[in-house]
Amino acid sequence: MENILEIHDLVKTYPGVTALDKFSLEVRRGECHALVGENGAGKSTLIKSIAGAITPDSGTIVFEGKEYSELTPALSKELGIGVIYQEFNLCPPLSVAENIYLGEHLTKGLFQNEKLMNKKAQEILDQFKVENLKASALVRTLPTAYQQLVEIAKTIAKSAKLVIMDEPTAPLTDREVQVLFRIIKELKEKGITIIYISHRLDELYEVADRVTVMRDGCYITTQETKDVTKDQLIAYMVGRELKKNFGRRNTETSEILLETRDLGGNGVKPFSLQLHKGEVLGLGGLVGAGRTEYAQLIFGAARKECGEIYINGEKADIRSPRDAVKAGIGMVPEDRKLNGALLRMNIRENIVLPILKRISNRAGFVNSRQERDITNEEIQALRIKTPSAEQKVNNLSGGNQQKVVLAKWLANDCRVLILDEPTRGIDVAAKQEIYNLINELASKGCGIIMISSDMEELIGITDRMLILYEGKLTGQLERAEYTQEKILTYASGE
Amino acid sequence: MPPANKKKEVLYMKKAVDIIKEYTIFIILIALAIVFAVKNPAFLRTSNILTILRQSCIMGILGMGEMSLIVVGGLNLSMGACVAMSSVLIAILSVHMELPWPVVILLTVLLNIAVGFLTGVIINKTKIVPMIGTMALSTIISGAAYLMCGGLPISGIPDSIKVFYQGSIGFLPVPIILAAVIIIIMGIMFKYTYFGRYIFATGSNREAARLSGINADSVFIAAYTICGAMCGIAGLLMAGRVGSGNPTSGSTLDMDVLSALVIGGVSFLGGEGKVTKAVGGILLITMLTNGLTLAGVNEYVQMVITGSVFLLAVVLDSIQHNSLNLFGIHFKKKA
Repeated sequence: MENILEIHDLVKTYPGVTALDKFSLEVRRGECHALVGENGAGKSTLIKSIAGAITPDSGTIVFEGKEYSELTPALSKELGIGVIYQEFNLCPPLSVAENIYLGEHLTKGLFQNEKLMNKKAQEILDQFKVENLKASALVRTLPTAYQQLVEIAKTIAKSAKLVIMDEPTAPLTDREVQVLFRIIKELKEKGITIIYISHRLDELYEVADRVTVMRDGCYITTQETKDVTKDQLIAYMVGRELKKNFGRRNTETSEILLETRDLGGNGVKPFSLQLHKGEVLGLGGLVGAGRTEYAQLIFGAARKECGEIYINGEKADIRSPRDAVKAGIGMVPEDRKLNGALLRMNIRENIVLPILKRISNRAGFVNSRQERDITNEEIQALRIKTPSAEQKVNNLSGGNQQKVVLAKWLANDCRVLILDEPTRGIDVAAKQEIYNLINELASKGCGIIMISSDMEELIGITDRMLILYEGKLTGQLERAEYTQEKILTYASGE
Repeated sequence: MPPANKKKEVLYMKKAVDIIKEYTIFIILIALAIVFAVKNPAFLRTSNILTILRQSCIMGILGMGEMSLIVVGGLNLSMGACVAMSSVLIAILSVHMELPWPVVILLTVLLNIAVGFLTGVIINKTKIVPMIGTMALSTIISGAAYLMCGGLPISGIPDSIKVFYQGSIGFLPVPIILAAVIIIIMGIMFKYTYFGRYIFATGSNREAARLSGINADSVFIAAYTICGAMCGIAGLLMAGRVGSGNPTSGSTLDMDVLSALVIGGVSFLGGEGKVTKAVGGILLITMLTNGLTLAGVNEYVQMVITGSVFLLAVVLDSIQHNSLNLFGIHFKKKA
């Protein structure tokens, strides 16, 4: 089979880092080629080079036999390369058809030919065989999964030969993932080549023909997916054998730390939960089932409609995150970059933010020595990789950013910690460190509420699980009762 | 060990470059002063330097108010109107009602604090864009100032008020002392207090700040209240400078202050800014006007130049935050 894309000795350096180090890659026409590597391995830099968004320092890109030393976004599009980034490039106020044909001027006289546009767009959308995806609908009214389909339709409309997907399943529910996989297969049958990037290794076996591992900007290996095991892949990625190890505590006690009684609102029907000292309680269910929404109620980040919260048996009046923090609750929000870390501030400023008032004197002056000591302590305790505490959080890798958000609450000695997708989008080694940390906190008597879409993780680390479906509590499982089937049944509301 | 030494040297070099980059504004300030001094030696006379400083006081005080707003993620375009309204109020209280000066000042500052607080509450509650909201408020406040004085300036401001702009203690003009004290207090507040950090955190990422247990709404409103207080004090200086309560005074202040802050590196994205550099920007704008006048440049040409400097500063600010391709030169995004 011929190669549609070849990359030879691509080098790209940024101040202080070599993002791509003589990286080479061959992608065959019509295959689905997976690209894996830890955060910071250079995947994004590679995609950006192929998409023409950045200029490599040296090396060549060969597309359909023609050699290029650099591509521009326009040239890349013209050649038939389409990229679907994690952050969609859509105009939410415009219709699906308008988005698909953006910049293509389907006009009738002075006006845009809406009829033709809708018709052509609908033809593309119909290939996906999903219900209720209308070309005339406004993009902002669509769920995330459908927005992604619009992105795919956009690349098809531009007759793309190579489609690069960056973590396409991250925002999707299991069922939506299956739809995506079906569409990828159909694209392949049409001879369209896919480069597929994902942190979820299990998926690769369903969708990818071959997989290339990269580490620290270097090419490590390319293998037929069926010939390589997940553990081998992980070993290639981290450069050493590494298994997920959730550890096993026996730290849960019968002492109730936090209790909600008929707490509801924010789109969640009232239900109660009890969190014990030293326990890790899982909130399971599909994306959008109300897990995050319920956590927000506990943390005071959303207005509750009914119910009460008790901490150590005493009623706590939590109306704002500020009240929750005062009561010893901490929350690591779902979207790290949007709500978790203050990216433009440095590590020190992030970590001490919740305790700033406490380490200030009466006149409001912050005790800078205490501030520095606490920061350094947390940086060491969590092994945050950084040259100094004054580093902007934006410059850290995803895993280290998440550690900074966690450090913020550890510095505040939280009794209850709510972790909303704490391992999303971070690499294997950082995930392991977070699991270790959860175990450590639980054994210190912390109560932890954990939300995760990663079933393996949720089963591995929690002691008990509450499962939600469409804003309702549908099931409760003790660790001994855990099976994937049971959890899925509750999660699908059956 | 030579390699280690070399490494150290490189490190020092890098640090030196960083420091120069950080305080470019002061290098420009000195360079500009040299150019003006060559054009007209009178520029460097002590009396002229004191004049520049005196002229920059009103902007300096307003600048501190506006800076806390821009850093927190807000903006106020009604400061000029507030200053004008304050000068009219001072005239009414001191000339018509003949109240003693401490009472006049207290009432004026209190009214401005109230206006600032209200502005903050309105913008915070309704979530309107601060620029548009305060533009509307500016018109309202201006109208109120005209109504208060019937459209005509009220002259005869007593010396007890004038002294705040025109007086001196020893050789130092009173307004310079006043502005210096305020700038130092604000500088300390931003850098060393938790409240200052809250302002930066809220402007940097409001939701993340809120989820860290900060009452972001209060911080936002407090910043507007501080800005109100600054308008009141600036109004006092304005009344002392003009010698009358004039509803048209201070009409260009908003733009001048904004351009000075942007030149001084206060980012419109919020969460970023340094008092020292902001002061540099304010001095630069005042010096530019003063120097160009001394060099005999036409007033209208001056407007073109000042506007261009503002534009340039905004472009540079944008380059710092986005990578930009300008005339074929590729500017990298700031790390």
